[in-house]
Amino acid sequence: MNKINRREFIKLSAAAAALGTLAGCTGSTTRSKGARIVVIGGGPGGATAAKQIRMMDPSIQVTLVEANKHYHTCFMSNEVLAGDRTLDSIQFGFNGLRGHGVNVVHDMVTGIDPKTRMVMTKGGQSLPYDRCIVSPGVDFKWEAIEGYDANVAEKIPHAWKAGPQTAILRRQLEAMPNGGTVIIAPPGNPFRCPPGPYERASQIAHYLKQHKPRSKILILDAKDKFSKQGLFIQGWKRLYGYGTDNSMIEWVSAAGGGKIESVNAGAMSVQGAVESFKGDVINVIPPQKAGKLAFVAGLTKGDWCPVNKKTFESLIHANIHVLGDASIAAGMPKSGYSANVQAKVCAMAVVDMLNDREPGDPSYMNTCYSVVGKDYGISVSVVYSLDETKNAIVAVKGAGGLTPSDATPEMLAREAHYAHGWFANITNDIFG
Amino acid sequence: MALKKTLRVAFTGGLMIGALTVHADPSPQMLSQTCAACHGTMGSSIAVIPTIAGADPEYFVESMQAFKNGERKATVMDRVAKGYSDEQITAMANYFAAQKPVPMNQSFSADKAKLGAKLHNDYCEKCHEDGGTNTEASALLAGQSMRYLKYSMEDFKAGHREVPKKMKTQVKKMLDKHGPSSIESVLNFYGSQQ
Repeated sequence: MNKINRREFIKLSAAAAALGTLAGCTGSTTRSKGARIVVIGGGPGGATAAKQIRMMDPSIQVTLVEANKHYHTCFMSNEVLAGDRTLDSIQFGFNGLRGHGVNVVHDMVTGIDPKTRMVMTKGGQSLPYDRCIVSPGVDFKWEAIEGYDANVAEKIPHAWKAGPQTAILRRQLEAMPNGGTVIIAPPGNPFRCPPGPYERASQIAHYLKQHKPRSKILILDAKDKFSKQGLFIQGWKRLYGYGTDNSMIEWVSAAGGGKIESVNAGAMSVQGAVESFKGDVINVIPPQKAGKLAFVAGLTKGDWCPVNKKTFESLIHANIHVLGDASIAAGMPKSGYSANVQAKVCAMAVVDMLNDREPGDPSYMNTCYSVVGKDYGISVSVVYSLDETKNAIVAVKGAGGLTPSDATPEMLAREAHYAHGWFANITNDIFG
Repeated sequence: MALKKTLRVAFTGGLMIGALTVHADPSPQMLSQTCAACHGTMGSSIAVIPTIAGADPEYFVESMQAFKNGERKATVMDRVAKGYSDEQITAMANYFAAQKPVPMNQSFSADKAKLGAKLHNDYCEKCHEDGGTNTEASALLAGQSMRYLKYSMEDFKAGHREVPKKMKTQVKKMLDKHGPSSIESVLNFYGSQQ
């Protein structure tokens, strides 16, 4: 409590100082000259933030630390599972960011010292910062499902971080005999990409229908309802015989015994509350929490990172911002679109603060497309604004919502094409 | 054209007054950044979703208002447009009008584009000036996604959006004389401008 009061006091002082200079403010960015930003994590959140800061104020030095040479987007990875796109098509490098003058360092961050404002890496570097932006994505709560861990995930993939895991699951689907059973086990809320497991079921069904039509997909859910449920089920009825004896997809809710408690990799089975299920291919999507670094750096409260939603500055450590899946940014879902928008809100705030300006009011948006089958797309779209007194991101009333249930085939086809258009534009906006 | 410019100035003037009096509003840049994931960085798209950079502010406002009140049917934009006030829509219109559109890189038929260029001159150039690059009086056509333009023509035909009277006459004339393939030729001409 004391800490918070002290921080609020500092923030108020800073705001007062900013006001003091406002009269003479000409919007110049000279104050930020030589300021140092260290961004950790090269996914949609981190990469967007790094690029945007450089675009808005080239006098700021931006270093992005990312362990891998490439990033595979989770979005559209379900189309890789279906065989409709290659793994390469969801792989992005960091030369685009270098072109914007971002110093990209491939190293692993081992810690952040908020007192000396220093980021330490496995490679032995110490990177000083004026402000640090952390976008570590998600980590898995391996302990939540007995018998499941990172080693078992080589045989029973989660494929919830795209890349090699996506390739494993694709290979298994290709090797599976016609008539086999695919089990998908989605986690409880909150988790990355709420409609993702159901788009995955759709995309796998799309593949099986063409190549292994006697096969089945069993969704064993830890929830009793899911994102875009009505639209998915409508699509499954139209495309995959959902609800008939010949349905390719079966969904078992938590109440119906769908929540899995353990995995037996040897027997290729999972144990639900009531019965055990056998699968030829099993995809366990474990419950999630903020990425490891968020815990190492002491940025978490519970499983996720509390932030000031106007600036995405941590409520625990000053001068460190957390965005994307790891942050508590409800009501926005944990999605690539959300991370991209949050990164821009954060980047604008950081540039303002480094130039002694009060950050402006934010605006947020999220659109999630799901491709249910060929020429069949659905979406949910929401515009958000900030309730500053409650530090809450709230949906603008009377706006947003789902694809209407009476959408014509032509409109559903357009949504599928727009989903692909969105993918091209957002990845270019992030990495280009 | 002179009238157009006056309108544009009026829009900008209105925005400045808004910015001075309403302190609790996100900046035009802040509002507009949320569009990029679908419409491309600073409004220039590289795929089927239309480029909105360089759009005539009046056209932008009209489109958003038509989405908002249901006059223009859409997949997503009808839901999105309802999230913004009239002032915010004007602010975004001015932001995007100030951005330079980058033509989309897309494949097209050179033969169709050649024929389309002639058809454009005969039927479209009067309003869509300078080969469809001029946005002073209408929507940007040159360098726009051909698939999006095809959707737009389907929407005009189906009554999903209001067809300007002159356009209705001109398109009918073109179709009567050159048949249904003429539209595809014209779209290839716009797609060819990269």
